Amino acid sequence: MSVIQVNNVSKHFGSLKAVDGLSFEVQEGQVFGFLGQNGSGKSTTIRMLLSLIHPTSGSIEIFGHSIQDNRNKVLEEIGAIIERPDLYPYLSAKEHLTLFAKLRSKKITPSSIEDTLKKVGLLDRAKDKVQTFSLGMKQRLGIGIALLHNPSLIILDEPTNGLDPQGISDIRNLIQHLAKEEGKTILVSSHILSEIEQMASHILILHKGKKIADGPIQSLLDPNKMIVHLTTTNDDQAMQLILAGSFSNYLLKRAEGIYLSIPHFEIPLLNQFLVNAGVGLINVESRNSLEDYFLQVTSNTQ
Amino acid sequence: MKKIIVFAFFFCCSNLVIAQVDPLIEKVSKKLALVNDYVAEGVMKTDVSFIKASLGKVKVYFKKPNLLKVKKEGGISLLPKGGVSLTINTLLNTKKYSTIPGGSQVVNGKTLTVIKLIPNDDNLDWVISTLWIDPVEALVYKTATTTKENGSYEIIMQYGAYAQYGLASKIIFSFNTKDYKLPNGITLEFGDEDPAAKKNLLKNKKGTVEITYKNYIINKGIPNTIF
Amino acid sequence: MKSIIAFELYKIFRRPRTYIAFGAIAALIVVIQFGLKIDGESYASFLMKDINDTLTVDGKVLNGYLICYILLQLLLVHVPLLVALIAADMISGEANLGTLRLLFSTPFTRTEWVLGKFIAASIYTIVLLIWLAFLALFVSMWVFGTDDLFLMKSNYVVLIQEKDVLWRYVGAFVFASFSLLTVTALGFLMSSMANNSIGPIVGTMSAIVFFTILSTLNIPLFSMIKPYLFTTHMNNWKEFFDIKVNDGNEAIAGSILNIAKIKNSLFVLSAHIILFVSLAVYITKKKDILS
Repeated sequence: MSVIQVNNVSKHFGSLKAVDGLSFEVQEGQVFGFLGQNGSGKSTTIRMLLSLIHPTSGSIEIFGHSIQDNRNKVLEEIGAIIERPDLYPYLSAKEHLTLFAKLRSKKITPSSIEDTLKKVGLLDRAKDKVQTFSLGMKQRLGIGIALLHNPSLIILDEPTNGLDPQGISDIRNLIQHLAKEEGKTILVSSHILSEIEQMASHILILHKGKKIADGPIQSLLDPNKMIVHLTTTNDDQAMQLILAGSFSNYLLKRAEGIYLSIPHFEIPLLNQFLVNAGVGLINVESRNSLEDYFLQVTSNTQ
Repeated sequence: MKKIIVFAFFFCCSNLVIAQVDPLIEKVSKKLALVNDYVAEGVMKTDVSFIKASLGKVKVYFKKPNLLKVKKEGGISLLPKGGVSLTINTLLNTKKYSTIPGGSQVVNGKTLTVIKLIPNDDNLDWVISTLWIDPVEALVYKTATTTKENGSYEIIMQYGAYAQYGLASKIIFSFNTKDYKLPNGITLEFGDEDPAAKKNLLKNKKGTVEITYKNYIINKGIPNTIF
Repeated sequence: MKSIIAFELYKIFRRPRTYIAFGAIAALIVVIQFGLKIDGESYASFLMKDINDTLTVDGKVLNGYLICYILLQLLLVHVPLLVALIAADMISGEANLGTLRLLFSTPFTRTEWVLGKFIAASIYTIVLLIWLAFLALFVSMWVFGTDDLFLMKSNYVVLIQEKDVLWRYVGAFVFASFSLLTVTALGFLMSSMANNSIGPIVGTMSAIVFFTILSTLNIPLFSMIKPYLFTTHMNNWKEFFDIKVNDGNEAIAGSILNIAKIKNSLFVLSAHIILFVSLAVYITKKKDILS
């Protein structure tokens, strides 16, 4: 079942096309990674999903209902944090959860507030004012507010922002738990791509408001195509040789180093080609990860 | 020399007249002498162009020779400055005056004798007072008094049940009022002026205070502390 | 909607800024009461200079009722500025803090949020007014006692009997609540147009000062627009303290001189409240939450 269906959505701010003809679907139970560089249109899209921003054109359906027409019904089933964890500095963590609990039609008991505080690791700081919290603690409280009413769809915009390594690990575990154990559908965006790689089953890459890739992680990361980083005895000469020869199609545009997206069976041929030309190969490092894929597709659309 | 003789004649004559007290005044004084003190309940109405006040219940206290106090029951009272103490009792009980007959006048269908009082004591606040007296009843129906500091007052009296003591059932004090104006900066009343207020200012500058007495309690004794 | 109002009221009364207004009003009133208690007689005799030339005023002129009137005259000019501190922050403050997106992604429409926030701000305004009434009226009555209200206006004096005063204050405070709610609505409108608190707060205060100047200037050019300015009507609570007189110039207890003026002012103020709040709803509904 399709939980989120975005159909040809565009958002223009004056002459700026923040999102341009975007379409995608998120299925029930998926952890959907939303990737893109700063200003790529990720947050604008997430805000449109939450009806914080009105699309210029196109339509958005969540749980089969139009967000424009059934906003309240749809939002009842969504828990979200958007970008920074902005909260009321003069209220405590418990006060936040108690207040937001009252905004939900579902009955949220004091014990489920305690459970939520426990889940996000703030039980011992429940009565402290938010102004005394670190950024990571605020982020965890924001997630607590999003999870409080047990929503079916969770939208997390940069949820590991500001967290320490332990915090990042906790959030990752929490997201995996919510997806696997509780069957939640999760849309998560992050600039830490390795995080998405470890959490998401599907990804969508946005670049300058346009979708440039979309699908299950495994299908996007073609096992036959490896991204390799070459270290040679003479990198400048090696680069000239590659550009002039038949391997030029595999070359990735990077600021530093020689990167190629190359079928694994051609790596020995490349080695032979360089050695024959008098350039010794010191190291071939495989970088077949989401980050490289992300950099690869975004660099190809520069 | 001739001039001196004429002046001496007039001086003697005038002294002769002033030295005398009119028998009618004596008659009125005798009537008033019956009252050593009184407490009267009444209703007071203040009619001054720049004052909006409703009727108020008052108690009037009098004690010989000239103590008088008007007290509003539980409220603020506005009385003509100094004028209210110049009732007929307080005027005549001083005994420090001379009289000059002023003939007679018909007022409201009644023929009244006009007598002027001139104080003999410089300490008294008034300069001259004219009395309009019914010679038959020995009741004063009107007085016009000029004071040293507080302008002129006119008092009109009506009589009822207590006429035998010379006590009025209604007294109307008339007096001249001055302009009233407070700057808008103090009252914080900005904007257009109320036309009703302007209309009020165009009225004459006479003010009146009217006391209608309901009953008198006479000669029951009043402590001086009241005054 | 009830949940939104409860949510907003909780926030308002947990925020330290809220109590600035309560503290400021208390400080102002206590200082004025103290001054009048110590040296009120000379102030009264200054006011009554013209009257004392002609009349002797006997009674407790400087009583709690007159003190309250003096306080209201002074404070009802300034309280709108204190109301603006909260009202103009209701939407823009949240936008500035970043919490607006948190609120607008809950299952309530923006119209509900704006109306809920406006009602909460209005409740705050009315609580502030009750606080003002308590200090200005009841504390003054306790400290200075009561008597007839001897009111010195610019061109005439009104003497209102003691038993005829209290209901007029009730009327005046109800009227003042409309005046202050107009300011609340204006602050709210400004708040819906900005993403920071300072702009709408300063904007609301400036608008009040600007329109008050237009309302008080007796320049024929401005006379045409004066009837439509809310500031022209905000001070008409004073009309409750003017009284009708009969042909004998005798004040009629329980009467109000110009009840039509009060009704007209209430109508103009209500129209402003509806207009400002409707515009705030429209703007908020239309705007993209980018903060």
